[in-house]
Order: sequence, then structure tokens, then C-alpha cells
Amino acid sequence: MSKQLIKARDLHKHYTINDGFLKSSKKLKALSGVGFDLYEGKTLAVVGESGCGKSTLARLLTTIEEPTSGQLSIDGIDMGSVQSKAITKQLRQTVQMVFQDPFGSLNPRQKVGDILQEPLIINTSLSASERKQKALDMMSLVGLRDEHFQRYPHMFSGGQRQRIAIARALILKPKVVVLDEPVSALDVSIQAQVINLLVELQKELGLAYVFISHDLSIVRHIADEVLVMYLGKPVEQGPSEVIFNDPKHPYTQALLSATPSTNIKNKRQRIKLTGELPSPIDPPNGCAFNPRCQHANKSCKISEPVMDTFGKSRAACLALDEGRI
Amino acid sequence: MALLEIVNLTVDFATATGSLRAVDGINLTIDEGEIVAIVGESGSGKSVGMLALMGLLPWTSTVTADRISFNGQDLLNMTDKQRRKIIGKDISMIFQEPMTSLNPCFTVGYQITEVLSHHFGGKRKSYNKKAIELLNQVGIPAAESRLNSFPHQLSGGMCQRVMIAMMIACKPKLLIADEPTTALDVTIQAQILELLIELQQSHGMALVLITHDMAVVAETAERVIVLYAGQQVEQRKVKELFENPKHPYSEALLNALPERAQDKHLNAIPGVVPGQMDRPRGCLFSPRCNYAQDLCSQEKAPLKDGILCHFPLNLSKSKKQKAINLETG
Amino acid sequence: MSATSSVSNSIRAQQWKEFWFYFSVSKTAVAGLVFLILVVLMALFADVISPHGPAEQYREFAKLPPAWIEGGQLQFFLGTDYAGRDMLSRIIHGSRLSLLAGCVVVVLSMSIGVLLGLIAGYRGGWVETLIMRVMDTIMAVPGLLLALVLVAILGPGLLNAMVAIAITYTPSFVRLTRASTLTELNRDYVTASKVAGAGPARLMFISILPNCMAPIIVQGTLSFSTAILDTAALGFLGMGAQAPIPEWGTLIAENRDLIMSAPWTVTFPGIAILFAVLAINLVGDGLRDALDPKLKRS
Repeated sequence: MSKQLIKARDLHKHYTINDGFLKSSKKLKALSGVGFDLYEGKTLAVVGESGCGKSTLARLLTTIEEPTSGQLSIDGIDMGSVQSKAITKQLRQTVQMVFQDPFGSLNPRQKVGDILQEPLIINTSLSASERKQKALDMMSLVGLRDEHFQRYPHMFSGGQRQRIAIARALILKPKVVVLDEPVSALDVSIQAQVINLLVELQKELGLAYVFISHDLSIVRHIADEVLVMYLGKPVEQGPSEVIFNDPKHPYTQALLSATPSTNIKNKRQRIKLTGELPSPIDPPNGCAFNPRCQHANKSCKISEPVMDTFGKSRAACLALDEGRI
Repeated sequence: MALLEIVNLTVDFATATGSLRAVDGINLTIDEGEIVAIVGESGSGKSVGMLALMGLLPWTSTVTADRISFNGQDLLNMTDKQRRKIIGKDISMIFQEPMTSLNPCFTVGYQITEVLSHHFGGKRKSYNKKAIELLNQVGIPAAESRLNSFPHQLSGGMCQRVMIAMMIACKPKLLIADEPTTALDVTIQAQILELLIELQQSHGMALVLITHDMAVVAETAERVIVLYAGQQVEQRKVKELFENPKHPYSEALLNALPERAQDKHLNAIPGVVPGQMDRPRGCLFSPRCNYAQDLCSQEKAPLKDGILCHFPLNLSKSKKQKAINLETG
Repeated sequence: MSATSSVSNSIRAQQWKEFWFYFSVSKTAVAGLVFLILVVLMALFADVISPHGPAEQYREFAKLPPAWIEGGQLQFFLGTDYAGRDMLSRIIHGSRLSLLAGCVVVVLSMSIGVLLGLIAGYRGGWVETLIMRVMDTIMAVPGLLLALVLVAILGPGLLNAMVAIAITYTPSFVRLTRASTLTELNRDYVTASKVAGAGPARLMFISILPNCMAPIIVQGTLSFSTAILDTAALGFLGMGAQAPIPEWGTLIAENRDLIMSAPWTVTFPGIAILFAVLAINLVGDGLRDALDPKLKRS
């Protein structure tokens, strides 16, 4: 049984938005009730569209921000009770992140060598030559050459920049890597290269991935477990094959149906979703998905569903609870 | 007569490090009411080609072609003034980033009516009714109140719809959509694509869809053109391309998709697209091609039946299966 | 590691080449740069190239017109002032003071302004409010007027004039830096540094500041020219450099009474100011076009 690296229960994150000096402040519920377990060597995919809270979740997991409520333990250490700086520093080395935009996630004014050495300068007391050696080792691990050490980010292609970002994330030897849409901004052929690299590194270094993406075809390929989110709430959760072959929640079904596929022969029944994604500041009453859901009834507009187990996966849907679908 | 005819279009850019050939001899013929997709990755020149057609490239560019004709008129040698009469009216274009395509300082209603009054004359306000009609056509609820909204008050999907409304206001014969859904969420993407096809059919417009997403091509287009490093490598009917790609790049591109992976390992294409400095002497794809032979790296690839390749793939299904078995077996 | 250092040198050379390509697109900017280089050389070699000393008085040649006018002499090419001092030599030596004034003002206002702007943008909250409101107060008073008041408090003199002007320029640097900081603060690479554990100092000075430099450099260049103008203005009002220092504005001030009888004594210093300021502004424009990433054309 592999080690449990992250245990999250009922995570909430609220922001207060000040709408001006005299108006009352509004609450933005970025995350409401997210929970999951992440084990060594496994990949959890977090899937959803804009406003679903996946970026907020990434910030919580990398300890940049603290949850408003809920329990989060990383590598056995409960985040809520952490006081000392030493432990925070250690935790920072346990969870690292790769960002979406290969162009924006590297400092344009720093050379690649400096970018890679920065985490080492901040967190370790290695000598300059030791740091440089570590950086060069990491570069060759991700498929870059020695001469890239002195170059600036804009001299690289998108795929190479993402490799640099991966190298930076791995240089502190983390156990968990949060990948926020790591290949969305890359070409298809480069996506394949980077995904292969990530899979290889996971096997070699025993990493656990939290893979945030909206691209379901990649998620299907790489994920062990899938968590589907909508407007900050988890709507369906379970093993990857179960979610893709037998989606229970109407939103998951719509999401899968909306994803285009090159398999022309397989003409699916297209589930048309009307309406726009609601704003997290002003969510609909009851179930957040009800305005766009074809199975919604009166109770859906009033009460919020909770996660329940249906077979091998879990989903939060009143229609499922009531046996309507 | 074809609606749009482009023959041997080439675009060069003057840069600090010399001349960069972004588009190298592409040919495109579009008939009325057709949907054609242009597929390529970064550096393929897919956007640049269409921007050249619209006359929207910066001063550092040089556009040359044997012919660019639209509806019988010669676009290549037109003056800017004459071109402006056609652009926005008979040929329209929508872009990738809906939030920045609209002017943030003006309301939605202002921008739509501006297009109409520019091309058809008359007072801008007199077109308000038409603007509401257009907003309804593109599926924006409460159209009348939306006329006074600013772009930042709308979501990405809404902005794209407004953009589409602006661009079909003058009932163009040709609509070019440059990655219209790349910046949008999946469910909104499906809505926008459906809208484009609906409008295309009801208006009898020709639609050029520029994208990097093969899946979108499969579900939307009738014909597809594959570009690589500025060159046109394959031009086929969509169904035929997906079942039986003839150019090694098209095949590699399809195989790289996660849907077509056999196991945890994706069939990536090794290497990167050639840049300005490292263009191969022979076929541009030869350094990355699975089937490359000596001739490929020495001589430029010839155009054979619309396929830019020395040895186009012509394997029937059974032969392909044999080849795969040989590799893995 | 010679491979990596030679790569580093060639990268730097390539960056300069690219910068020059975009800068030289503007012919006026290049012309301005050439003129500016000439002025700098003039200032550096003032002792060598000026025909006379700036303070040498030739009483018998007082108020002599320029050489090309009847009555002028070749040895006093631009004529002399009321005390018989050679105008050309005074103007050449004055260039030193003008350039010095520009440098001191820009360095002072830029360093203080950028620091305050970084802190304001990064910290936010009451710190930001405090800094910005103080800057707003400074900006509310017309620049020259404020400088005059400060000089009146500090006492007249070139150094005090430079300090006073520097204070009036600080708010523009603060605003610029704060705006850039706010933009860069949300970028992924800053978040990446945070995730790696960077503290505020590292984030401000190593991550964010280098990416804000382009507009600051442009503002610095334009402030340079305005500083020369303002120093000259203060000098003209008698509150800046005091006579007999040959600062260009002071030159105009001390020869003010001669504007009708010996117009060359005020015209040539004025022309010197004009061309110096014009050249710097053209260079500033060219810099802005070359450094603005949005204007990158390929």
C-alpha cells in the first residue's frame, strides 16, 4: 500500500470582495467542500471549466494560501496546526507546482540557470558549484542541454520552456507536483512529448501528481482518479475508467459529450448545454448546475446536493439521489 | 467560379536576424458555402496566411502571390481603400481572444452599429434595431439590454458571440475564424462551433476555420488543409484524411493524440518545428519523419496530387497493419 | 565552463544587435543619439576644446558680437558677454553642469521613486495608501513652484536646485513603478518564486524589478531633459546656480538686460538648451519604441 501524501477533507476557501467604500462586501466562494486522498505514484486529475476553483485548489495545496475551513494534511503533517517556520519550509519542498503558461511562468529577465538555482538558493545552503551541478543534472533529466544554462526563456520554444518549468519544480525533490494545465498552451505534438516526460518522471521518482486540466482526452490518458468540479464544488469523483465509461452526474456527461473527438464514426448523442457559466460571486440557489441541467426540478433550485456513493464513484446530484436518472 | 482563390502565397518578415519565411507557397480554393479547416501547429503560418489575405500584417512583412482573387476581384494589387470596402463586409474575420477583440471603451451596441453604418452609410443609431436582431441570431439573451453593455461585463463566450454578430452584420460571403474557441471552455466551445455552423448554413457563407485542434476539424469541416512550417503538406476531404492520411506529418499528428495511444506512452513526434535558423535543406519535415530516406534530406519535397512529399503514404489498411506488426512484433 | 561563457557573450551581443535594429528604425532617435554623444564628448573634453577659460575676462572685448557679424572676431567665435567672457567657452563648460544636473536629478529621483513604488505596489494596504497620497500631494503643486519653495528653504545653489527638482520628479517614478509592480505581481513567475519560498525582498528586487525597467528607463531619459530645463529655469530665476557659474540658465539670467543690445549673449545659451533637450527627447522616444514589447513586430 503506497504512502498517503495528501489528505483533504471538506476544504473551503472564501474571499471577501470589497465592492467600494460604502457598499457591503460580497463573499466569493472559490471552493466549497472539496475532499480527496492522494497516494504516492498516483495521479489525481481535477477537471472543470472557468470558475470551478481548480486554480484556488492549486494555491491551497502549494501552501501559498490557507483554507478558510476544512482539513488538509500533507505528508502526514496537518496544515491547520502548523506554527513553526521550519515545518512550513519543509512542506514547501514537499509540494511544488508547474504552471499553465510556459511564457509567463519563467522570469523573462533571468537566465535558465538562475531560474533553476533560485529554489536551491532560498531553501538550501549548498555552495555555488553544488547548486550549478544540481541544476545541470536536472536539465539533462528533462531533456535539455548544458548550453541552455546561460540562455534566457524567450530563446526557447513553448515545449522547452515547460521542460524548464518542470525542472524547476523538481529541483527541490518534492513528493507531490501540482500541474496546472501544464500542456494546454502547447502544440499537440509537443504535448505528447511533455506528457511522456511527466509519466516517465513519475515512474522514476515516485511522484504523485495533481493534474489540473480541462482537456479530457489527456486526463483519460494519464489519470488514476478524477475529480470533476463545478463552481467550486465537487460534483463527481472516482476512478478514471469509471468516470469516463459511466459518468453519473449530468455535468460530467455534458462535459464528456462536448469534448470533440477525431473518431468520426463514433457519432455520439450531443448533450447541449445552454447558458453561460455562472459567476462565483453570485451563484444560483440550490444546486449550482441547476439552470443548465436538463434533469433539474423544483427541489434542485432549493437544496444543495451532497456527495453520495453510486457504485464505484461518488457524485453530488439530487436527481441521482432521488433516482430520477 | 471559386469564391476565393489563392495561388502560391508567400509571406516574408524582416527581422533583426534576417528574413523569416512564415508562409511558403500555399494554395487555397474555396467555393461558396464550403467549410474548410486549416490545421497546423505554431510556426505553421496558418494565421499569417489569412492575415495577409485581409491586409492585416505589420509593415515588416512582404506578401507575394501568383494570384489572390475574391469573387473575381484581384485582392493582391488592390489599393488599401478598395480593400477596406471588402474587408468587414464581404470577407470577415474573428479572432482567438474574444475579450481583447472588442474595444473596451465602447458598448457592444456601438461597435455593432458602427460596422453597419461604415459599410452601408447612414446614421449609426438607425441600425440599433438591426443590432438587436443580430444579437438574437447569435443567441445572446435579453439582447435589447445588452446593447448598452461594455465588453468587460460579458463573459468570454458572450464576447465571442458579439464578435460573431459584428462580423456577420454585413452578410459576408466568407468568414475566417482564427482559433475562435481555443480560449473558451469546453462546453462554451461546443456552443460557439454549433453557432458558427448554423450561421454558415443559414447565410450560405463560406467558412475558413483555422485551428490546431484535430478533433474540432473532424467534427466541423468538410475539407482540411494541413500546414507545416509555412508549407502546405496535405489537402484532403476530412473523412479521407482521418482514415487514411497521406503525408507523414498528418499521420504523425493524428497518432500523437491521446485518443490514439496504445498504452501509457503517447506517440510523440520527436524534435521541434524548424525555426528561422535551422531550416533543413531538403524536405522541412525530414528530420522528424518516421519514413525519411536520404533523398528527403537532400532535395525539397515535390507536390504530388496535393501532397508535399517524396514518398506519400499510400498504404491500404492491410499493408499498414502489416507495417505496424513488423515494428511491434 | 568556457562553452557556457562564450554562449553568454554571444547572447549579449545578439541582444544588443536586436535592440539596435529596433532603435535605429527611428532616424530621429539616431540623430538625437549622435548629438547627445557630441554633447557628452564636449563636456568631457571641455578644458581641451574651449578656446578660452570660462571665467577669463577680456574687458577690452566686452559685448563683442559673433564672428560672422561686423565687428566680431574669430577668437571669440560666438561673441562675448558684458564682462568680456567668451560665450563659446562658457557654453561648452556649461554643458558639464547641465549634464551633471540631469544625472544627479535622475539618479536621485529614480532610486527613491523606484524603491517607494516597489514597496507601495508589493505591500498594498495602508503602506500603499500612505505613499501614494504623499506623492499625490507633491504632484498637486506645480513642479517648478515646488522646486522654488524648496530652494528658498534650502538656500540657492546648484546642488540644492538639483535636490529640489529631484523631489518634484519622484512621484512620476513611484507611480510608474507601482503600476508595473501591480501588473507583474500576478504573473505566474512571481507565484512560482513564492512557491519556491522567496521572501518579499527577493520577490521585489530580483523577480519583479528587472521586468519593470523598460518604462522606468524611458521616463528616466525624458526626466533627464526636463531636469536640464528646470535647472536652467531655476538658474534663470536666480535660485539655481549662482553667477559666475556658466550654467546655461544662469547665463541667460545674467545677460538678461542685454537682450536688445547684445542678443547673442542670451540666444546661444538658449539654443544650447533647446538642442540638448530635443536630442534627449528624441533618444527617449526611440528607446521607448525599441523597449516596448507590444511594438515588437515579428
